[in-house]
Amino acid sequence: MTRQTLSGWGRTNPSLATVMNPANETDVAELLASTRGVIARGLGRSYGDPAQVSGGVVVDNRALGGISEISHDGVVSVGAGVSIDELLAMSIPQGWFVPVTPGTRQVTMGGAFAADVHGKNHHVDGSFAAHVRSLRIVTPTGTYDVSPERDADLFWASAGGMGLTGIITSLTLQMMPIETDQVLVDTERFANLEGVMQEMLSRDKDYRYSVAWVDCMTKGAHMGRAILTRGRHARASDLDEPTLKAPASPKLFIPFDAPSGLLNVASVRVFNEVWFRSAPKRQEREPQSLSSFFHPLDGVRDWNRLYGRRGFVQYQFCVDDAHANTVVEAISRLSSSGVASFLAVLKRFGAANPGPLSFPVPGWTLALDLPVGPRALPRVLDDLDSMVLEAGGRIYFAKDARLGPEKVRAMYPRLDEFLAVKHRVDPEGRLTSDLARRLNLEGS
Amino acid sequence: MENAFGQPQNVVVLGGSSDIARAITKKLCSARTHTVVLAGRNQELLDAAANEAREYGATKTDTVLFDAQDSGNAARTVEESFDKVGGHVDLVIIAVGLLGEQLDIENSAEEAARMVNVNFTWPAAALAEIRHRLISQGGGRILVISSVAAIRIRRSMYLYGGAKAGLDRMCIGLADSLEGTGVTLQILRPGVVRSKMTAGSSQKEIPFTTGVNEVAENVMRGLSSGELVIWSPPILRYVFFVLRHLPAKLWKFIADR
Repeated sequence: MTRQTLSGWGRTNPSLATVMNPANETDVAELLASTRGVIARGLGRSYGDPAQVSGGVVVDNRALGGISEISHDGVVSVGAGVSIDELLAMSIPQGWFVPVTPGTRQVTMGGAFAADVHGKNHHVDGSFAAHVRSLRIVTPTGTYDVSPERDADLFWASAGGMGLTGIITSLTLQMMPIETDQVLVDTERFANLEGVMQEMLSRDKDYRYSVAWVDCMTKGAHMGRAILTRGRHARASDLDEPTLKAPASPKLFIPFDAPSGLLNVASVRVFNEVWFRSAPKRQEREPQSLSSFFHPLDGVRDWNRLYGRRGFVQYQFCVDDAHANTVVEAISRLSSSGVASFLAVLKRFGAANPGPLSFPVPGWTLALDLPVGPRALPRVLDDLDSMVLEAGGRIYFAKDARLGPEKVRAMYPRLDEFLAVKHRVDPEGRLTSDLARRLNLEGS
Repeated sequence: MENAFGQPQNVVVLGGSSDIARAITKKLCSARTHTVVLAGRNQELLDAAANEAREYGATKTDTVLFDAQDSGNAARTVEESFDKVGGHVDLVIIAVGLLGEQLDIENSAEEAARMVNVNFTWPAAALAEIRHRLISQGGGRILVISSVAAIRIRRSMYLYGGAKAGLDRMCIGLADSLEGTGVTLQILRPGVVRSKMTAGSSQKEIPFTTGVNEVAENVMRGLSSGELVIWSPPILRYVFFVLRHLPAKLWKFIADR
């Protein structure tokens, strides 16, 4: 038990809490029965404030470990504190991959479910929760085994529920078979946003994985120039020497905080230019390792320190296909406002799942990394909120650190369904977080 | 809760009817602030400030009456203000201050004590209570309104400048003491501001005088950047770096012209 100042990966709005490290489910249950203001935390990769609670108790789930044998049909039981990295280290050599992985391996199973993370394959495979067979969750009113068949309401409220329904202690996951540790990647450069969006719309369905990196700093005819990378797992017959090796740990790290302002309009512009020019105009079936395709940033430990002490925010929204123009408008608003934005990530989303707070809806999603500092930034993002809301879209809680409560209800029209389930398992409102307080997800 | 840009949701303003406080409150409310508790001496002025806060987007406002001449009421005033917020207090602004007309009061022991009470003793007492409350809730911010008058003290306003200097210096140590608690303290050092506090002043308008809105704008930026000292206008950081190192003769010549 220690008192610690915690913040998200973006290193903004920190707060102090008591951190507990329960070693098993009984400890978690005792804690929840005796404490108010509790939230679970994994590896702290949410960008904002969902895994911290000012003045409360943060339950570090990392001691809730354990990975079972992977069954012949790819089902594995894992402790909530197990990271994707740890699971892959064991599963890849046996020919199994996690069915959904976000841009980093450094997330825990509990966190991945609570944020209902998505990856480059959402348009085909859906989000993380779609592959979870069942989970065990400790709530203030009891410990439950839930699944899409058994107490589906609690299962789905917890998918994307940001930890506010309980503390997940373990879950059972359906893995995906792979024959090699390589992905065959097609890369294509596009001079503008319209070109890349058209291509994604017409041919993404032919690829399991697809993502476009968009430059938000160019204006005019080249506004939103992009690099589209799409791939599928390489079969053994695709490679001369197929291997199944676990990803290596990062060798590079950022040893100290860079000065705030290192990433500014000028330096980001240069970076984006170099990055765009260094990509091939067109390349097909290039074998890439799983880690360089899925988790390029995991190669540099603590890369968030590059943003300096002030930190950064990530802004991710989604809109349906009828409002594709919102993506164009958002990028044009950013490129004209003079706020620095690192390469933005553009993706197609497939069908939504039944989770009332699960983020993805079919259509488009755009994610932006923005250093804190420019005066105009808070206002620009408030304007984007209004644009997104008007288009019937929403903001992703796992990335958010700055939204206000009044827009949440409109973005998540099923919030009351979620709150009803939360109230059932947590009638006294013991589970809360800085995010929940900020966005009024506590249901009081 | 406060967001990533230092935009708070629940705010307590001690000295809430001062012009600078009102300008800051308006800016906060048009960003994220929805709950504002204003404490001050004059109910009418507080009500006007509260109405203004609602016009700018606050959904819940309340007021607390107190007189800063009596530091004995500081803890109670803070307690009452926090209770009226009724949740996590994200930001406490201390905008309590009294400028006065130095020449009228410098020979009065009573008036001299009053200047120090309002500008230093009451805020110091309130800060003790605020510090304790914010630490136990796990975080929060304090913004203390100091003055550039505290940086190099002019003969013509040494009572005000001296009291503010005490507060300013104390707050630097207090800010250090908060390290690792989740609570942060920032000091605002405005130059001369056109407001009702300075309206009756016999001084002529000096360079770098600003309006209250400019001060509020600089506060918004400072809350986002988190710097210990927020200067308004920002150039005063450099102006006062020079001024505080001037030889005394030159300073007196410039300051009391």
